[in-house]
Amino acid sequence: MNLSLFTSILAITLRAGTSLLYATIGEIYTERSGILNLGVEGMMMVGAVSAFAVAYHTGSLVLAILTALLAGSLLASLHAFLSVSLRANQVVSGLTLTLFGTGLASFLGQRLGPGGARLVGLVGPSLERVRIPLLSDLPLLGPSLFYQDLLTYGLYLLVPAASWFLYKSRPGLYMRAVGENPQTADAMGIRVGANRYVYTILGGALAGLGGAHLSLAYTKGWTENITGGRGWIAVALVIFAMWDPLRAVIGAALFGGINAVQFRMQAAGTTIPAALLNMLPYLATIVVLVIITWWETLQKRIGAPAALGVPYAREEKG
Amino acid sequence: MTHKRSEDPILRMVGITKRFPGVLANDCVDLDLWQGEVLALLGENGAGKSTLMNVLNGLYRQDEGTVFVSGRPAGIQSPRDAYDLGIGMVHQNFMLVETMTVAENVVLGLQGLAFQPDLRDVRGRLVTLGERYGLKVDPDAYIWQLSVGEQQRVEILKLLYRDVDVLILDEPTAVLTPQEVDDLVEVLRRVVDEGKAAIFITHKLREVMMFSDRVTVLRGGQNVATRSTAETSPQELARLMVGREVLFQLERTACEQGEPVLKIDDLRALNDKGLPALKGVSMVVRSGEILGVAGVAGNGQKELAEVITGLRSAVHGEVYVNETCLTNASPLRAIRAGVSHVPEDRVEMGLVGDMSVAENLALKAYRTNELSRGPVLMPDRVRRFAEGLIAGFDIATPGPETRVKFLSGGNLQKAILARELTACQGLLVAVHPTRGLDVGATESVRDLLLGQREQGTAILLISEDLDELLEVSDRIAVMFEGEIVGIVLAEEAEIDTIGLMMAGEHVQEEGA
Amino acid sequence: MKIVFEKRQEVSRTIRVLVPVFSLLFALVFGAILLLMSGVNPGTAYAAMAEGAFGDPQSLAETLVKAIPLMLTGLGVSIAFRMLFWNIGAEGQLAMGGLAATGVALYATDYLPGWSILPAAVLLGMLAGALWAAIPALLRAYLQVNETITTLMMNYVAILLVSHVYHGPWRDPDGYGFPGTARFPEVAWLPRIYGRAHAGVFFAIIAAAILWFVLQRTKWGFELRITGENPKAARYIGIDIPKLIVVAMMVSGGLCGLAGVCEVAGVMRRLQQGLTVGYGYTAIIVAWMSQLNPWGVLIIAFLLAGLLVGGDQIQMAMGLPAAMGLVLQGALLFPMLGGSLFAEYKLRVVRPGRQQAVFPEESLAKESES
Repeated sequence: MNLSLFTSILAITLRAGTSLLYATIGEIYTERSGILNLGVEGMMMVGAVSAFAVAYHTGSLVLAILTALLAGSLLASLHAFLSVSLRANQVVSGLTLTLFGTGLASFLGQRLGPGGARLVGLVGPSLERVRIPLLSDLPLLGPSLFYQDLLTYGLYLLVPAASWFLYKSRPGLYMRAVGENPQTADAMGIRVGANRYVYTILGGALAGLGGAHLSLAYTKGWTENITGGRGWIAVALVIFAMWDPLRAVIGAALFGGINAVQFRMQAAGTTIPAALLNMLPYLATIVVLVIITWWETLQKRIGAPAALGVPYAREEKG
Repeated sequence: MTHKRSEDPILRMVGITKRFPGVLANDCVDLDLWQGEVLALLGENGAGKSTLMNVLNGLYRQDEGTVFVSGRPAGIQSPRDAYDLGIGMVHQNFMLVETMTVAENVVLGLQGLAFQPDLRDVRGRLVTLGERYGLKVDPDAYIWQLSVGEQQRVEILKLLYRDVDVLILDEPTAVLTPQEVDDLVEVLRRVVDEGKAAIFITHKLREVMMFSDRVTVLRGGQNVATRSTAETSPQELARLMVGREVLFQLERTACEQGEPVLKIDDLRALNDKGLPALKGVSMVVRSGEILGVAGVAGNGQKELAEVITGLRSAVHGEVYVNETCLTNASPLRAIRAGVSHVPEDRVEMGLVGDMSVAENLALKAYRTNELSRGPVLMPDRVRRFAEGLIAGFDIATPGPETRVKFLSGGNLQKAILARELTACQGLLVAVHPTRGLDVGATESVRDLLLGQREQGTAILLISEDLDELLEVSDRIAVMFEGEIVGIVLAEEAEIDTIGLMMAGEHVQEEGA
Repeated sequence: MKIVFEKRQEVSRTIRVLVPVFSLLFALVFGAILLLMSGVNPGTAYAAMAEGAFGDPQSLAETLVKAIPLMLTGLGVSIAFRMLFWNIGAEGQLAMGGLAATGVALYATDYLPGWSILPAAVLLGMLAGALWAAIPALLRAYLQVNETITTLMMNYVAILLVSHVYHGPWRDPDGYGFPGTARFPEVAWLPRIYGRAHAGVFFAIIAAAILWFVLQRTKWGFELRITGENPKAARYIGIDIPKLIVVAMMVSGGLCGLAGVCEVAGVMRRLQQGLTVGYGYTAIIVAWMSQLNPWGVLIIAFLLAGLLVGGDQIQMAMGLPAAMGLVLQGALLFPMLGGSLFAEYKLRVVRPGRQQAVFPEESLAKESES
């Protein structure tokens, strides 16, 4: 394939995968602390709608991003309260959050336009791509890697930081203990509930940020179903990444890539029906999930430890 | 057994009272501990030993009473407070994160730990401590890679790393071979000779005599006596512990042994981690015989029981029950072939906690015409069946409709036994059936096992309680690292020999 | 001052009933706040909603129209949930059921006698839903693949497929530009009772009765309950759990597929937009709120349908956003989730200090050892 096609696909892959990666990293942290949050989709939705609304009315992208963080956090704090303090069933709580968040986002989308009108169809300030001088002239990867928007650049910092924090810092150590064996963590004096609250809310904030990327940079604007199930794909990607931030990049790139390929094919006028192309990400998620699950089951037989156990089961603090 | 004796006890618990809903766990208990001594805390299950120590450890808070540490009253609100006061505890269920290393586990929750912890110093210190006290362990090993005995060493190292003055150990020898127990005694000696003090909780009289300098006996939540170990005897302690004369012998009649019921040939199987757990096990159990399986937990007994009952697949070898080949059969086929299973995990596997006693008793029989007609269950018949079993096995429950999770440990086990013994048609596999039960319940269970034996059932009894095996079995097989290293007649068995076999030191030429 | 949860010894029936009631009240309060924010008097709004949902026979019929798919999908989801199988795929199973029924209605008239078209549509629709559910079930049962995600992904695939079909290959050539299939022939119509309310309500009631009987009185139902309560014990007793999962899920999918059949054959009488409007997701709320009890599902489904219909009414009458109903639905479940905690635990205020035991099993054992 020629260079410009490669560059183009890589660039779109990064763009498409950004929102996904934010949500995935957020959920990795949440699950590592022992909480399963299935409300990611809802949090991305409220992040998307609030970011766009704020950007439209204030013109400030910074405020918009902060709002998205806040929106995701608030929703996630509800889940944290239900899951940690009230020890509700986390699956149902998360699902409800998605329903609620999606509904709320839709509600706000009808209401937060100028004078209480709809937000759909409006054009607002958007996050444009910025070329980084020098770096973007690097051969092969330069033009695509370093011609992205601010939020994508944010990931270049977030991913290594997230990885370092998880494995090399004291709070990261404590968090992993909380997620692996809360009874032990508690006995050693680590505050299980507080940890879980913090990382659940953090996860929600990052999911909201992912949503903001959609409405501010990728899709630009607000539409119903703007996330198209990305929140769910993020939950699947966490398993794919085996709860590791660096591996999450591969997963997000894979799905970003599928998006990119979809675009290109449709732009090139393919005979494959649109519906089938649109189904690709979802079918791919199932296939990837099956392969990963099967591989992890195999791993156990050979004696290697499964990456870090499955956080889902550790809902009870005891 | 010399120890320094200072003026005041390093630890003094005065009038400790602790209530739980419906039960008075500790009733105005006093306890003293001096530097340089090992104190045994003896009592039956439910006597309040763990509760008392958990108060000391900060996991519970007493309703009344005071704890004095080095003469000063102490308010212990959390395990961290306990550590600050120099008190640490090694629990029965280890508090370790499997997927982290020894060093990481040791530093969890440590005061003054850096934001980016550098584990090199930790490693160094662990090695030093290990040498000083005889607790050698690789600081970079992952917990899941360690044996149970090594994991216990990590737990003790955690305490020593924090410079505790008082070490509390809860039933520490349950998971150790006799040789490892000796090692532990040595460790405690060294620790205590330096001026620290240790309390260990136990219900085993032999350990009290072996380990301790003094012993405090709890019964029914009260401190009934404190003795100097040298000046007492197992008989006296037993009487204090139980409140009556304890008969150490059960009625055991000679029994006609019939045809082989269980035949295992060169069985090999893997454990959950994919490592070999059974490495070629062969045995025969006849009707009317109890074959006891001795060994420290983790040497393949669990896997053996699981393969026979269909819960685990074998990679090689054969299992026959009553001439039916059950190698790699499903649990259902094993049940249909006449196998009954009293599992190790009573509550997690043997019962459905939120269902009623009646439903639990019906878990095997519901398939038969006795309790159902075609696909439909008959609730009246289920109820009558349950009532019969409750009466016949003396299960204490408010009624057959009570949810089974509200039953006490002993009655839970009776329920399981009632169900399994009634359904049994040839082979009973019983795994640690008296674990955690008090003396009364233990006697009942052993009686039931012997009764089943007289009816001609073949019984495979897996237990970590050597005394129990000696009392109840006809023959005893010893398992070590997935193999049977010896089979002896119970009448002729000697504890020392068995202990050596359990540790792999002594392998018999051929089985009995 | 600290508040601590203490496990209740007995869970009384009163509490079990009170909890949903209080949750409902809480949700109504929350909804009132939202209404006020939109400049609407909550009292008037709620009254209008009730009137619009239950006020006259016409409204009742409309409520029933929305209730029937909720009942059927609610029943389907409740079976899955009983086994701790998180079936989020009700929406997709419903869609496939509708799709299959459409296929029969439009194209089987050449091959089958008229009287058999409707039964065939029903059967094929249920089969389609069952098969659509069987795929994630098999993946979970035999490969341990997480079912939350697979069922959800199947939803998207199904919805896209259905949309593709009525926009493309099965589109009505005389449709005047509106996407959708042709109208079904009359033999394929599910008979109506009053207004648009159709015979599907009988399906729902019969299904609930059968489900109740199976769960409480049959061996299979017993095994299902055991597996949901304690999978380890289920295996130990010899229950073939993978097979149970697949069969139960096929029943679940079949019921959802039936809901789809009812929508296309009873309400819309064609396949078009409006089939997948979220019933499958609302079903989750229905199932959970009714504590997985079949009769409860019917009641809650009806009430929730009233909420939706009433919501539509006031939306039109008072210019409220359409998503209002959706938001209220979500608002309902949160207090339910929190409230279910109170059924199991009670509050106790304690003096400062750590009272909560880290080893609750020990305290439970002590509770019963007298």
